Amino acid sequence: MGEGTGPGALARHRDPGLQLASCGCGAWHRLNMALELYMDLLSAPCRAVYIFSKKHDIPFNFQFVDLLKGHPYNKEYIKINPLRKLPSLKDGKFVLTESVAILYYLCRKYSTPSHWYPPDLHIRARVDEFMAWQHVAFQLPMKKMVWLKLLIPKITGEEVSAEKMDHTVAEVKNSLKLFEEYFLQDKMFITGDQISLADLVAVVEMMQPMAANYNAFLNSSKVAEWRMRVELSIGSGLFREAHNRLMQLADWDFSTLDPVVKEKICKNHYYQQAVMAPICNPSTSRGGDGRIT
Amino acid sequence: MGLELYLDLLSQPCRAIYIFAKKNGIPFELRTVDLIKGQHLSDAFSQVNPLKKVPALKDGDFTLSESVAILLYLTHKYKVPDHWYPQDLQARARVDEYLAWQHTTLRRSCLRALWHKVMFPVFLGEPVSPQTLAATLAELDVNVQLLEDKFLQNKAFLAGPHISLADLVAITELMHPVGAGCQVFEGRPKLAAWRNRVEAAVGEDLFREAHEIILKAKDFPPADPTTKQKLMSRVLAMIQ
Repeated sequence: MGEGTGPGALARHRDPGLQLASCGCGAWHRLNMALELYMDLLSAPCRAVYIFSKKHDIPFNFQFVDLLKGHPYNKEYIKINPLRKLPSLKDGKFVLTESVAILYYLCRKYSTPSHWYPPDLHIRARVDEFMAWQHVAFQLPMKKMVWLKLLIPKITGEEVSAEKMDHTVAEVKNSLKLFEEYFLQDKMFITGDQISLADLVAVVEMMQPMAANYNAFLNSSKVAEWRMRVELSIGSGLFREAHNRLMQLADWDFSTLDPVVKEKICKNHYYQQAVMAPICNPSTSRGGDGRIT
Repeated sequence: MGLELYLDLLSQPCRAIYIFAKKNGIPFELRTVDLIKGQHLSDAFSQVNPLKKVPALKDGDFTLSESVAILLYLTHKYKVPDHWYPQDLQARARVDEYLAWQHTTLRRSCLRALWHKVMFPVFLGEPVSPQTLAATLAELDVNVQLLEDKFLQNKAFLAGPHISLADLVAITELMHPVGAGCQVFEGRPKLAAWRNRVEAAVGEDLFREAHEIILKAKDFPPADPTTKQKLMSRVLAMIQ
């Protein structure tokens, strides 16, 4: 059936409503069956998946899992993703977590334009390199900034120490410096002349501290210009729409936060790790007895 | 000059790359970067990787960091058997899923377990509070359990019936706390059976060779004050 069987080949099935495609793995995949995407656009990885899916008209149902209402902890969602994290994808019976894995899956299944994840060995490696590096070196400091500057004060009523704030600002600035000097350099985009998944993931992460009124793009005109290029490539309307909820986070009435949800957030493993871990300053990483804490 | 791999087998991600390259007969020059001597901080090495970390790859003029990226590069360039990174869309997604998840979870716990239990007290002469060590080991426990419950489940290997990049990355991570004397496989027969399968699939000799250094971590001589000074702040940042 159909016009060829290589990647991207489309086929006409007996059922005219059923669109099939081959992604090169030898299997046929149903393209026009909507995916379920479990997301809250407060989360940067969710925004990357949302933007990519909308941009390529990938059919999906937006399953809103409200972080502010503790929905990731609900029984229904735990069945989808026992790790209680967002985003998750459900394609028929197939459930997939981790935004990087989801983005690669969408690229392959929907045969999106190749510049998003280029076939050239060296260029693709640059995307993989950024996607691997960003988990620890980029996403964590950006997330931490929002927690320390906005969420902890709003949730607990207490400001975070100036020392801890300064340290986090330094971490964010350092990761931005590494981004500029190692990944972006003097190119238009991370891989060269065209936008790729790496730029998409980078930009949504960099937008995260905006929720706490910290503009990561002010540090460098090179990065600010890159951001404009990325925004234009995505489409300003879509970019803005995706970031709407994030930009309004500071105005949310935190007094309505359910105490049960508050407790769960504070006990959450990832929160503990990203936010509560002691500062890595040699002079302060010691307890009163002089031992490493 | 052919492919060069800049590695120190003390490092978990370096072990995964070493095993992968050797197992698949990929020709390379091993460039050892001695971490405990601080060689990763040298100007010479920063020409290869300005981020000053191992592993790093140099292939002609092309340089690359990040073990997951390096493993994928080697997979594509050397056309290794399909099971390492399957063509099948969903099987491949499972491998990607594990490789993404592990960065901030199992890798971090395994690293902290080694440093809090052995490297800080023995190598750097820095005592670690019992509360910190207990918290680190508890977190390790949580992540090892997640590895078993969410990723392995009842399968032979993490992404399906055959060994893949995911298993290689996971096993080399787990050998870190093993090297520190943590019994991660005790009371976990399913995981222990998986470990044996991975070791058999890789080859016992190659597995042993790759892990010789980490298994002697407790015997590292203490660092001299200069080295300690050089390494300290980066170590603290690394295990954050």
